[in-house]
Order: sequence, then structure tokens, then C-alpha cells
Amino acid sequence: MLNNFPLWPQQASTLAGHVDALYIFLLIVTGMMALLVFVCIIFFAARYRHRPGVRAEQIEGSNALEITWSAIPFLIFMVIFVWGALVYFKERTPPTDASEVYVVAKQWMWKVEHAEGQREINELHVPVGRDVKLIMTSQDVIHSFYIPAFRIKQDVLPGRYTVEWFRATKPGVYHLFCAEYCGTQHSGMVGSIVVQEQAQYEAWMNGGSTGPLSASGEKIFAELGCATCHRTDTPGRGPNLQGVFGQPVQLEDGRTVTADENYLRECILDPGAKRVKGFQPIMPTFQGLVSEEQVNALVAYIKSISANKPPGGAKATASVVAPRHEPGETRAQAGERVHAQPNGSQVQ
Amino acid sequence: MHDSSTTVVHERNGEAHAAHNPALLHHFAEPQQQRDAASLGMWVFLATEVMFFGGLFCAYLVYRQWYFGDFAAASKSINMGLGATNTAVLICSSLTVVLAVWAAQTARRSLLVGSLALTMLLGLTFLGIKGIEYRDKFVEHHVPGASFSFENEPIPGHPGQYANARHAQMFFSLYFVMTGLHALHMIIGLGIFLWLLIMAWKGRFTPEWHTPVEIGGLYWHFVDIVWIYLFPLLYLIDRHP
Amino acid sequence: MSMSMTTPILQPVERENYLNKEYGVWSWLLTTDHKRIALLYLISITFFFFIGGFFALLIRLELLTPVGDLVQADTYNKLFTMHGMVMVFFFLIPSIPAVLGNFLVPMMIGAKDLAFPRINLLSWYLYIIGGVMMLHCMLTGGVDTGWTFYAPFSTSFTNTNIIEAGLAIFVAGFSSILTGLNFVVTIHRMRAPGMTWSRLPLFIWAHYATSIIQLLGTPVIAVTIVLVAAERALHLGIFDPKLGGDPLLFQHLFWFYSHPAVYIMILPSMGVITEIIACFSRKRIFGYHFVAFSSIAIAVFGFLVWAHHMFVAGISVYSALVFSFLSYAVALPSAIKVFNWTATLYKGSIHYDAPMLYAFGFLGLFTIGGLTGLFLAALGIDVHVTDTYFVVAHFHYIMVGGAVMGYLGGMHFWWPKISGRLYPEGWARLAALIVFIGFNLTFFPQFVLGYMGMPRRYYDYSHMPEFQVLNVLSTAGATVLGVGYLLPMVYFLWSMRYGKPASDNPWNAAGLEWKTASPPTTFNFDAEPVVTWEAYNYEELDAPHKEGVPVAR
Repeated sequence: MLNNFPLWPQQASTLAGHVDALYIFLLIVTGMMALLVFVCIIFFAARYRHRPGVRAEQIEGSNALEITWSAIPFLIFMVIFVWGALVYFKERTPPTDASEVYVVAKQWMWKVEHAEGQREINELHVPVGRDVKLIMTSQDVIHSFYIPAFRIKQDVLPGRYTVEWFRATKPGVYHLFCAEYCGTQHSGMVGSIVVQEQAQYEAWMNGGSTGPLSASGEKIFAELGCATCHRTDTPGRGPNLQGVFGQPVQLEDGRTVTADENYLRECILDPGAKRVKGFQPIMPTFQGLVSEEQVNALVAYIKSISANKPPGGAKATASVVAPRHEPGETRAQAGERVHAQPNGSQVQ
Repeated sequence: MHDSSTTVVHERNGEAHAAHNPALLHHFAEPQQQRDAASLGMWVFLATEVMFFGGLFCAYLVYRQWYFGDFAAASKSINMGLGATNTAVLICSSLTVVLAVWAAQTARRSLLVGSLALTMLLGLTFLGIKGIEYRDKFVEHHVPGASFSFENEPIPGHPGQYANARHAQMFFSLYFVMTGLHALHMIIGLGIFLWLLIMAWKGRFTPEWHTPVEIGGLYWHFVDIVWIYLFPLLYLIDRHP
Repeated sequence: MSMSMTTPILQPVERENYLNKEYGVWSWLLTTDHKRIALLYLISITFFFFIGGFFALLIRLELLTPVGDLVQADTYNKLFTMHGMVMVFFFLIPSIPAVLGNFLVPMMIGAKDLAFPRINLLSWYLYIIGGVMMLHCMLTGGVDTGWTFYAPFSTSFTNTNIIEAGLAIFVAGFSSILTGLNFVVTIHRMRAPGMTWSRLPLFIWAHYATSIIQLLGTPVIAVTIVLVAAERALHLGIFDPKLGGDPLLFQHLFWFYSHPAVYIMILPSMGVITEIIACFSRKRIFGYHFVAFSSIAIAVFGFLVWAHHMFVAGISVYSALVFSFLSYAVALPSAIKVFNWTATLYKGSIHYDAPMLYAFGFLGLFTIGGLTGLFLAALGIDVHVTDTYFVVAHFHYIMVGGAVMGYLGGMHFWWPKISGRLYPEGWARLAALIVFIGFNLTFFPQFVLGYMGMPRRYYDYSHMPEFQVLNVLSTAGATVLGVGYLLPMVYFLWSMRYGKPASDNPWNAAGLEWKTASPPTTFNFDAEPVVTWEAYNYEELDAPHKEGVPVAR
């Protein structure tokens, strides 16, 4: 392949090969279909060119032919559909133990913060061979985080988190593009993904860390006075956040939601939206008082105080937060005990 | 000014052609075709109006689903009595429209004129009541924008819980856009009916030709039906006796 | 090169026709004759086509070099926005229906005019009002949101005049709705005796399907524009998350219209191509009913696939699956049409006049465009290529390679009927060839650029200089394409004065429109036709006849 005139992006992630395989299959299949049609057209146009004295033959049609050339393409389409869906499932299912990186997009730059605390602007260092999950949000308009060499792309929205993941397979530097038009410097919102060998990556990490993200989150938690209501020692005016991440939460209106990143973020910025059952609606909103990076840090902190990340979806019988169980008590029994308290207030 | 019941013979393309009702337009072969075309045209137009309001209804339904409690609180603050009165007013106006069409079909000119006038009166009543409601909202600072305020409004059925002002503002935004567009259609309807009234007064409608009354009536019925949907959706969220 | 088997009808004295019946500006501006209204549209959309084309030229010139050095970033953003808005709303959507549809629909079904001639005129005035508003918007700074004007950028961040542009589109949309309404009622109620649904030309079926989409889809974008304008003016917060809204709701509402809109743009063109292929192969279309019902199927399924524009927007995996599946379903009727057109060529008697060259071009380019749609419908691939030049190439293959080729082919085919003159055949074939070559050179490299990762709407790619070669190829093609489009402008105008007078049916084509004079009289037919034959009765038309007896009357 000519270096100055490349026709194909590098394959630098585990997904890239799958995407390219489907692409090549499509090239072959559509190429053959196109060839078939074009050969027929050219052949017929030449062979049946108007000749004096020779008249066209009026043909109504042929149901058999219609059914054939409907059914066969449809089958081919279904193969492509299923194959495409399978690749898509891979692309949209981040592995559970991926390391996490928070991304905040803003006009017109990418702000990256590793869980360990390193911050980057328009660059993302990752180690080769490790699953990395990006948790992304925007400060303003819709952007899109696109890494052609990994074959991944995900729109980054204001007001919520979106997620994308990859595992890099080749050390190198790869393009990062914003792929959703976002204003004047949309074309300037480019950067680099720097994939390094493990040793190099660790060296990079150790130079200039400001401490893990969750530690800054803990500081912010204290500074903003969150601990005043969200106590862990006695029942407070707000739910105990210890161990809440990933758990089902029962809301005032009867719904049950999972306390994921989006839920935590929503509680900080719009506390009335999904009120927890049994608590007064007195939490003030922090919209405008915290930056997106600070929200990321708080979320990281709350995740860090979930001792183990249990599988979500377990049916909670009662209170919001898995209460601390007495010795010998199961989780469910602890739940029953707390639920029996008047006013729904927590008693540990 | 000839009496519309006589037919006319005139020339077209230099040739005289068969006598016909002057209301028959020349690109139609016969009056029935013209009537059918007008009727189908109005039904098709109403289908487009359904899609227009449909988009709005979709947006409304999405947010109502997400912010149900807040929407219920906001809905409580708009005057159900006035809304119900308006519903009755519009239903009556549909009755007067039906009367008008029948009057046109049976050559009852005074009934036709009277029904059209009454329809307009009822329409104006509707708009008047709507104006009162809008004014009330303005006074209560429920109009979305800089001076919007919705504090300490309880959520129906959830004692001790108060509505989120931002979500309530969403309700009012949609309320004003939906009822505003409806009112706009109403005003256009009044314009149409004014024209119909003038034509009827001048005696232009006959049992053979009163198409504008019929299709004007269709339009009015549609505007009425949109309100029949708007009223429960906006005014009757989570109301308890 | 005339195919006429009749002796040309000499016109020592010009007969009265719709063009010379009355002179004077007001006879045109207050006309209710569908043919005159079609010409009014022809002039206006040609004007907007060249404006949109000029913007495209500037875009391609900027992209010759990786650095943004021709225009500033904001200007470039306005250029691609205005290119899109003008081309979509003021050229492609009206084009064939408003020009060829208006002119031909009544004649093809044996009627004197459309059902509502005055509404037809109103439709043109609404288009002009919308167009003037859009022009004013452009002259006072333009809009920079992209033609898709996504929220919250369009509602809360841009400083350009979105409300005016939105209202311009709203008004033009009303024009589109009224045209659709007119066609539906006309086709239902004004067919001549004997013209059953199964005898209708497929051009009519295509326009019927198009009209359904115009009627049901356009109101949704109208209300979306109202909501965007309300949010912008009154800070209502329907789409902006900071005000409590949801940006994805905007995308759903927007694409609910804008996807069917692309079928508004291509279906009429398919109708044109069907007529041309039948005529220049001298035979009935293979699989008439399949082609007719495919048009309807495209219209129906077209309403069910909108979120395939949103696969990476943040919709759920399940939604994505459903929309991907439906997108393959909607591809099928288009494929069926291509096969039927190809089969029509079999055992035909094929003539290579300019309209047929455009039809061949259409078959090639639309097929490529449609096949690349299969790539985009595949979820795994779409993640990589959405929002890149791959999508740009795909839709230009369909819109330009498909719709515009069909439009030009149709203009050539019916030019004798519209103007009473023949265009110069040699120049027309040359233009067709130039357009075909220029088009492929412009847009094929963009597929490669897209897979390589070049995003859309980038005015500066200095971080990726490896993209330059393909961009240069693309710009070279664009200049060739521009020449190809200018040629017909020149020779059509030339032919109105100096072209050979045309007979009533120079192509000996089937269809009631060819039974009228060239150009037709105001009321088209002297007497209401009574139809006793099937569509595309080329067997009869080509039957051996006595010398001197005209065939096409």
C-alpha cells in the first residue's frame, strides 16, 4: 500500500478486524450484484440495439422471476443484517472489568480524565491489550468521539453519559476526530489516541498524576457539604450512598431504576427528577455549581465506596440502599428490618 | 347579478358549449366530479393537519411519561371549569355547523345564515375564554420564560411532594404551543366562516352547489376534534374527585 | 436522429398553444394553467439549483488543500449548510413533481388541468415566498447549523438566523404539501373514462406515492421547526438539556420527515426513468404491477426507518436492531425496480437518444448508491462510516446520480412537448457523458475517504494530509460536473429560438400526453379522450402502417 496514498485505515483494535471483514464481504457481494446488473444492461443495450425491421418483443413480466429476484436479495440482506448486528453487539457491550476513562467534550476540545487521575487535552494514552471504557458527556452541544483506526464512534451528548469501549492491539498514534458538527472549530476538534506498551504506559502514568479521580471526588463531596445529608454513620436526610452504585433503587413514583452513572449524575444536577422513596424532596440542585469534570469525580468517588460491585437487577424489597446487615443477617432480612421502620428512615 | 339557479351558456375556445351551473369550473367534466374533488381535497388536507398536531402530541406524550407528577401538578393549576366550558362550546358549535350544512342542502337561507353566525359566535366565545385562561396564566407567572415561577405546588396524590419547576415549565411550554396552534386554527376557521357567512347572506349557496359550506364544515369539525383530544390530555391529568 | 415515423407537421402559421395564448407578465403571474405554472417552477428551481451548485463549488475549492485557506471556518460552515438547505428544500423536493409533474400529470390521465388550479398557483407563490426568505437569510449572514440543524446547537448556541431559515423552509414545505394534495385528488378523481389504475403510466404511480409522503411527512418537520423557533425565541427548553429538554427528541422528529423526504426526491425520478426506458426500448415495462406496487411500498416503508440516521446517537441497541432490519426491507422494492428496468431492455429495440443515455446513467449510479445503502444499514459498519464522507458519497449517488439524472433525462424527453422545439441531440449526448464522468470522479473517491475516516463538514484537514489526493480528485470531478450542467442550460435556451420545430410525437411514444399538440393548447385535449388501451402500447405504435398515415393520433 502506498504510504502517501493510503486507501484503508490501520486496524488497531480488536473490533477493527470484525468490521473490516464485514466490509469486505459487503464489497464482494454488492460488487457482484452490481456487476451482474451492469453486465446485463450493457449486454442488452448492445445486443438489442435498434435494427431496422426488427421489432421489440412485448413481455408482460414473469412472476417466477419477480419472486426469485426478490427472495434471493432478501436472503442476502438478512445475512448482512445479522452479521452487522453481531458486530454491533460486540461494539456496544463494554466488558465489565474495563478500565474507565471520563471524557468531557466541549466546543472545541476533548478533556480526558483517567480514573487514576491523569488529565489530558485532545489526547488519550492507553495501554495496548487492555479494555478501556470511555464514559462521556458534553458541556454544550452534541459531539462525537471517533477513532477510525479502532472503527468506533459514539455521539457525546449534553445532559447524559454515553459509553464506548475498545481494546487497542497495536502501539502507535491514531487519529481522534469529532464526528458530529458542533460549530466553528468542528474541524479543529481533533486529537490523538496514543497506544503504548504496558511499561511505557505506566511510566507515562506515574509522571504527573494528581491522584485518583475518586480522591478528588471525595474532596468535592466534603467541600460541597454533601456529607451533611448523605451520612454513612447515622440515618441522614439523604440516602446513604455507601454501596449504592449498581444497585436497584426504588423511587417515589413506584419505579425501580439502577443506580448507574447516568442516575448518579441526574441526582446531582436534577434531584427532583427521580426522587428516592422515603426521603423528603429537599436536596438542592447543583446544576451550574459543579463542572462536568467535578460531576465525573463525584461519580467516581461514589463508585469507589461501593465495596463490591454486585450484579445489578436484584430485586430490592425495601430500602434504597443496601443497609448494613447485622451479623448473621442476610441482605433481604436487613431490608425487611429497615422497611419496618416508621417514616422510612434508615436505621442501621 | 344573475340568480344562481339559472344556468349559463357561454363560449370557450371560440365554441359555445352546453349550459351548466356557473359554479362548475371548466376543468371538471361535471358538478359531481367537482364536489368529489373538493371533498377529497379537504379530507387529505385534514390528514396533513393530523400529522402536524401529531408531532406535537408525540413530544407531549414523551415528556408527560417522564415527568408525570410534575405534569399533574401543572395540570391542576389550569382551570378545568373553563376548559370544560370551552369543550361544551365547541361541541355546540359543531352542532350549529351540521345545521348550517343541512340548511344549505335544503335551501333554508335564513337558517343557514343564522347557523353560520351562531357558529362564529361560539367560536369567538371559545377564543374569549381561552384569552381569560391565558391571562390567568400570565398573572400567575406560569408563562414560560424569564418570569416563570412554580414553587411549592404539591404533586397530586403524593402529600409532601412538590413539583419540579423546570419540568412544570415543560408542561406549560407544550400547553401554550399546543393550545396556541389550536387557537390559530380556530382564528383561521373564523375567517373562513366569515366568508361563508357573507356568501350565504348574498344567497350564493344552493342545494346544487354549497361545497364551501360542506368543506368549511369539515375543517371546523376537525378543529373541534383536536380540542376534544387536547382537553383531557392537558386538563385532566391525574384529577381525582 | 428523429425517431418519428410520421411526416413532420409543418407549421407555416403558429397554432395557438399554451405559450402564445396570452402575452404579458400578468398572464404568467396570475395563470392557473398547470403548464405555465410548471414553467414558472422551472425557472425558479433552476435559479436555486445554480445557487446551491455555486456553494458546492466553493466547498470543493476549499477542500483542494488541507488547510482552511479559501474561506474562514464560519463561512465554510454556512456554505455547506446553505448548500444542503437550498438543494434539498428548494431544488430536489420540488424539482420533478413541480416541473414535470405539474406539466404532465393532467395530460397523462386525460384531464384538462389539475383538480385545484388556483391552489397550484398558490403553491408556486408559497415556494417563491419561502425562496425569498431563504435568499434574504443568506444575504444577511446565512445559517451555520448544517441542513440538519440539530439541537441544542441550533436552539441555544448558534448566532445565525435560524428562525428565518426555519420559516423559509416551513413556507416551502406548505408548497410541497399543496402540490401533493393536488396530485392525489387529481389522480383519484380526474382520470379520463377508461383510464383505470392499471392503465396509468408508472410516472403517475410514482407521483402518487411521492404525494403521499409529501402529505404525511412534511407537517412533522413543520411542527419541528415551530418548536425550534419557539425554543430559540422564548427559551422554552424542549430540546436543550440545560433547560430540561431532550436533544434526541429533536432528532426523532427531524428524521421522521427527513428520511421519507429522500424518497420524495427519488420516486419521481424513478417514474421518469420508467417512461424513458419503455419508450426507447419500444416495449412495455417488464413487471408493471411489481413496479407500481414497489413505489407504494417504498412510500410506506420509508416512514419506518428514520432512526437509521441515529445508530450512534444514543438510541438503545434494540431500537437500532429494529431500524436496521426495516432499512433492509425498504431496500428491496428499489432493487426490484432496478431488475425490472433491466429486464425491460431484454429483447427490446433500443435507441440511444439523450434521454436514454440519462436513463442508463441513472441505472448505473442509482444502483451503486442503493448498494452502498446496504453498507450503511449494517449496524457494525455504520458505526465506523456514519458522519463521514461515505454517507456524503452515498446520498449524492442517489440524489445527484439518481434524482438529477432522472430530472435531466425527463427534461430532454419532454422538451419537445413543453417547448415545441427539438434540442440539439449531439450536444445533449455530450452533456450526458460529461455529467456521468464528472459525477463519478467527484463522488467515488468520497467512499474511500469515508472509510478512511474523513469526517463530514470539515473545512480543514491539515491534521490528515493523507486525505488530500482523494479530495483533489473529487474537486476535479466537480468542475467537470459543473460544465455538464451548464451545457443543457445553454442549449435548451438556444433551442427555444433556433431549435427545429417538433411534431406532436417526435419519439412515437406511448402516453396520452403525446396525443396533444407540441406545445399543447391550454386545455390540452380538444375532446376528452376515452382510453381503451393498456399503458405502453408500443406494439400498436410500432405496427407497420401505410405511408403517410400518422400513427400517434
